[in-house]
Amino acid sequence: MPIAEKTVQACPECEGQVGVESEVRAGEIVECPECAAELEVVGVAPLLLALAPEADEDWGE
Amino acid sequence: MIDVAVVGASGYIGGELLRLLLDHREVRVGAAVSARLAGSRVDRVHPNLRGRTDLTFTAPDELGDHDVVFVAVSQTAGLELVPRLRDRAKCLIDLGADFRLRDPRAYRRYYGTEHTAPELLDSFVPGVPEIHRAELAVADTISMPGCMAIASILALRPLAEAGVVAGPVTVDGRIGSSGSGVRAEQMNLHAERSGTMRLFAPTGHRHEAEIAQATGVRARMSATGVEAVRGAQVVCRVPVREPLDDKEVRRLYRGQYQDEPFVRIIAQRRGLYRLPEPKILSGTNYCDVGFAADPETSTVVAVAALDNLVKGGAGGAVQCMNVRMGWPERLGLEFPGLHPV
Repeated sequence: MPIAEKTVQACPECEGQVGVESEVRAGEIVECPECAAELEVVGVAPLLLALAPEADEDWGE
Repeated sequence: MIDVAVVGASGYIGGELLRLLLDHREVRVGAAVSARLAGSRVDRVHPNLRGRTDLTFTAPDELGDHDVVFVAVSQTAGLELVPRLRDRAKCLIDLGADFRLRDPRAYRRYYGTEHTAPELLDSFVPGVPEIHRAELAVADTISMPGCMAIASILALRPLAEAGVVAGPVTVDGRIGSSGSGVRAEQMNLHAERSGTMRLFAPTGHRHEAEIAQATGVRARMSATGVEAVRGAQVVCRVPVREPLDDKEVRRLYRGQYQDEPFVRIIAQRRGLYRLPEPKILSGTNYCDVGFAADPETSTVVAVAALDNLVKGGAGGAVQCMNVRMGWPERLGLEFPGLHPV
């Protein structure tokens, strides 16, 4: 099986390196390996990542 | 292969030194010294070492010459012991408190007694490879910092080095019961200790002086014993000169630690362990550091966690030995921890 090629993009949250497969589609979610932010693919040509909306825990606050 | 000895080998730090050194491929453990238990088998007090060694404890006056001697004895015992043992080893690594501070006045203030060998203090290199790697590579005497001190130093260093700290830092340390040592006392009975959050040093913690010495930052520290056996965590509230956001703070931490083998930056948006947590570091040599910036109040909360007996003690000492001997720094320290634990 061929290994999928990856494009490396800076995480918009922490500037860490995020590898994104070249066949990715708009709307897919990828995760930053450094800060664990969920990132939504908002554009593919060129590749554009944005912080995905998320429901956070309450932690009793 | 080199020959090493552990003095104070019956304590918790001594036991961790033996565990790590017995598995180290470049090391032969020649002696495990204990005044209290001379003649007893090592695995009687360190049962995790059953089947791994047939060593018995030897008395201090039977200690011969070794390439490296690790000294893990209680505070003030080292004052008498360490100067005598310097000639027994090519390199001595002290894990006690007596040779950490370079200023004898600071020692008197924080330990309440005069230092009896002040002329030796300058010769000890602090056992912090993240700061003193080049000096450690040629050091004959090395002094390991306290466990919550090294956690605080690594948490604060990126901010201190960048010159952004605006004033005294408040350090809140939490530590498991193994931090109070192996001696049985009433305060450590399960019936007394279990379930407590024992604020044992509300002001004037001894690590304040070590933090200031290593980082130049004035720290006001308190420490609490919590319901855990291993682990230490420090939460440092840092006033900064100008508002900083998370990205700016992360750049400082990344610049300081991106090539460090045992310091990981943990500040994540999701997951169960978003900031440094000692539980998952048990048995490892990692110190995890993290942060949360509050630009509105020009404050950064810096956090660090480690296993107080490993990166905060025995593991840090083995890492320093690796640096001193020119070996790969990770040698004998690869254990990644357990999850769940």
